[in-house]
Amino acid sequence: MNRRKFLGAVGAAGLTVAGAGKVLAADKQVTGASIKGVKGLPDSYAVLFDCNRCIGCRQCEDACNYEQNLPEPDVDFWDTGVFERRRRTDWKTYTIVNQYDDKPPGAGQLYRKTQCMHCMEPACASSCFVRAFAKRHDGAVTYDAKMCVGCRYCMMACPFNIPAYEYHIASDPLVTKCTFCEHRLEKDEEPACVEICPTRAMEFGTRQEMLREARRRIVEKPDSYVEHIYGEHEMGGTNWLYLSPVPFEQVGMRMDLGTKAAGEFTSGALGGVPLITALWPVFLVGAYAIAKRKEKYAKEDRDKYVSQLIAQAGPEAGRRLAERLSKTEKLDKAAIEEEVRKALDEAAAKTEREGH
Amino acid sequence: MSNQHHPDTGRSSWITPFNVVAFIIVLIGLYLTYLRFTGGLAAITNLDDNYPWGIWISFDLLCGVALAAGGYTTAAACYVFGIHKYHAAVRPAVLTAFLGYALVVFALHYDVGQPWRLAYPIFVQPGTTSVLYEVGLCVFLYLTVLFLEWLPAPLEALKLKRVRNIMIKLTFVLTVFGIILSTMHQSSLGALYLILPSKMHPLWFSSHLPIYFFISSMFAGLSMVIFESTLSHRWYHKKMDKEHLEGTPHVTFGFAKAAAWIMGGYFFIKFFGVVLNANWAYLPTFYGMIFSLEMLGFVALPALLYAKGVRTRNIKLIRWTAVLAVLGIIFNRFNVSLVAYNYHLPSEDKYFPHIGEIGITIFVVTVGLILFKVIGNNTPIFYEHPDYKGSH
Repeated sequence: MNRRKFLGAVGAAGLTVAGAGKVLAADKQVTGASIKGVKGLPDSYAVLFDCNRCIGCRQCEDACNYEQNLPEPDVDFWDTGVFERRRRTDWKTYTIVNQYDDKPPGAGQLYRKTQCMHCMEPACASSCFVRAFAKRHDGAVTYDAKMCVGCRYCMMACPFNIPAYEYHIASDPLVTKCTFCEHRLEKDEEPACVEICPTRAMEFGTRQEMLREARRRIVEKPDSYVEHIYGEHEMGGTNWLYLSPVPFEQVGMRMDLGTKAAGEFTSGALGGVPLITALWPVFLVGAYAIAKRKEKYAKEDRDKYVSQLIAQAGPEAGRRLAERLSKTEKLDKAAIEEEVRKALDEAAAKTEREGH
Repeated sequence: MSNQHHPDTGRSSWITPFNVVAFIIVLIGLYLTYLRFTGGLAAITNLDDNYPWGIWISFDLLCGVALAAGGYTTAAACYVFGIHKYHAAVRPAVLTAFLGYALVVFALHYDVGQPWRLAYPIFVQPGTTSVLYEVGLCVFLYLTVLFLEWLPAPLEALKLKRVRNIMIKLTFVLTVFGIILSTMHQSSLGALYLILPSKMHPLWFSSHLPIYFFISSMFAGLSMVIFESTLSHRWYHKKMDKEHLEGTPHVTFGFAKAAAWIMGGYFFIKFFGVVLNANWAYLPTFYGMIFSLEMLGFVALPALLYAKGVRTRNIKLIRWTAVLAVLGIIFNRFNVSLVAYNYHLPSEDKYFPHIGEIGITIFVVTVGLILFKVIGNNTPIFYEHPDYKGSH
């Protein structure tokens, strides 16, 4: 086998392995996100929200408010005036329903509920520098109020704009968001909002079941749904899934988020840390050593030049010394020293002139 | 931090314009501090759920850290690359950096909701997947390094010769530590925005943001050293010794030349960013105008002016260019953190700082200036201590 053949064989083997990976991935139930690192939690709890079924009664908001002991709302839950504008979650509302058609407020046909999506690889958890957020096996993304410093990077990071903050509180302000009624999930009960929904706009079950249910609905009524399950892959997949009769942008959901989990956006930059820690000292000490060595060589060159000059000046000094000796015919030690000193000074002055 | 020094400015025998203005600002700052910690963030900020980070992050953190980069750049030039002519610039630059970082940490106490937990990420429960954790850890460590680098000056003033000599021996190691830590957190400040690509305008978002932030911190630091030396010559001219006075032109021309080159390189990597991400279509838009203004007016122009200043030996031009370059860095950091961020939100939902936020920021900068004056007046920063002449 020559070299070329060998390389060809290696390449073919690589392709085969990559191909095999693809087949395996396609073979698996597409329950988790299709990306590396996100294994998915097929048995975790999930909710499937169907925009076709929501009538905008806001009973889910009421139930959430009651279940979570939230403060009195600014407007009553039966007031349809709230639909005049798009609302978002805040410190006293963990979930809200918005209207997305042009019909009069409250008389529309297109509503969507917003709450924490309970991502499988949450941006809030990835961005939190005290690990106050955690993804539980039952699907809930939880928040540890005892750890939170209040930096609000989770709010920056969340692609769905869910976490809110208690800006008005001075002593112990907290980040607030839907808890997936984690205390109910522990008892295998559905969240309060799901339980109260009069039209079953929300279905509760395992993520695998909910994805199957979503596919079944799309297949059975292809005219009533766009062929997309929002949350199956968005941002690495979420535990709240959505079906819609219109493109998701029209119910306020971004389709450009991509399928990468949030943590993947920063892993590359964080991977640079050990690289810098390891390489920088080598480069810097190297630069220092080079600078030092240059200085040393420059000094050596200069010293060499000076001694050369002294050597050159030597015979001259010797001649003058001899002249003087012949005049006085006396060996004057002081005179010799004087001549040597002069010669050295001359040499030094010459070096300096040439050095500049 | 402010409290221990501000009474100095109030002494009636010290009535100068600077002291009077500083005193008033400090009083306002203390009142705003009271409002902040009794009424919560809502009392003096316009922060909301869509804008959790305002100018206290944009200016006090992002600009503060970038403009304090003079510490690592000057120390690197002098101690690592062996350009000893910059030696006189090291102490002022290290002091500026030390105060800069100390004030960044001070300002963060206003911004985070529960500042008494600010050490949690380092000592209680580190969230190592977070870029903010890296920033926090590096800033904490670098503040310590800067403190140690600055320490010889007060030790000389206090005549603690033995400790001072030990600290001097650590100079090289501390410098290397400082460069490593600066590389990491200067770039991490840009990396903070990597996790939210969907909220960032494509002209400023790039997976190279950490590199942009690191490179720009270099010329930010160099420009800041030039700018700071201009101010120092006003305040401390009498205090400066021969080495400092003779070293200043070397520093100004050398740093301007370096800044011109780095800004040129920075301009091109940003330009390649536009090419690589095919962002041409955004250039004729409103955001494109701001981006072009930033790149041409605050990067290309100061780069050229620096180069011209070096060629024509025009120290005045270089000093004004340093101001332009510093403003450019501030413009860039604001563009990334406030203009590009949430660009898709309707204008009525956008953020504009509350007067109280601006007040606290001015207060923090003023505290920095006061500390710089007090320390510069009382420790050998602009001159060599007579006991240690030529001992470096």
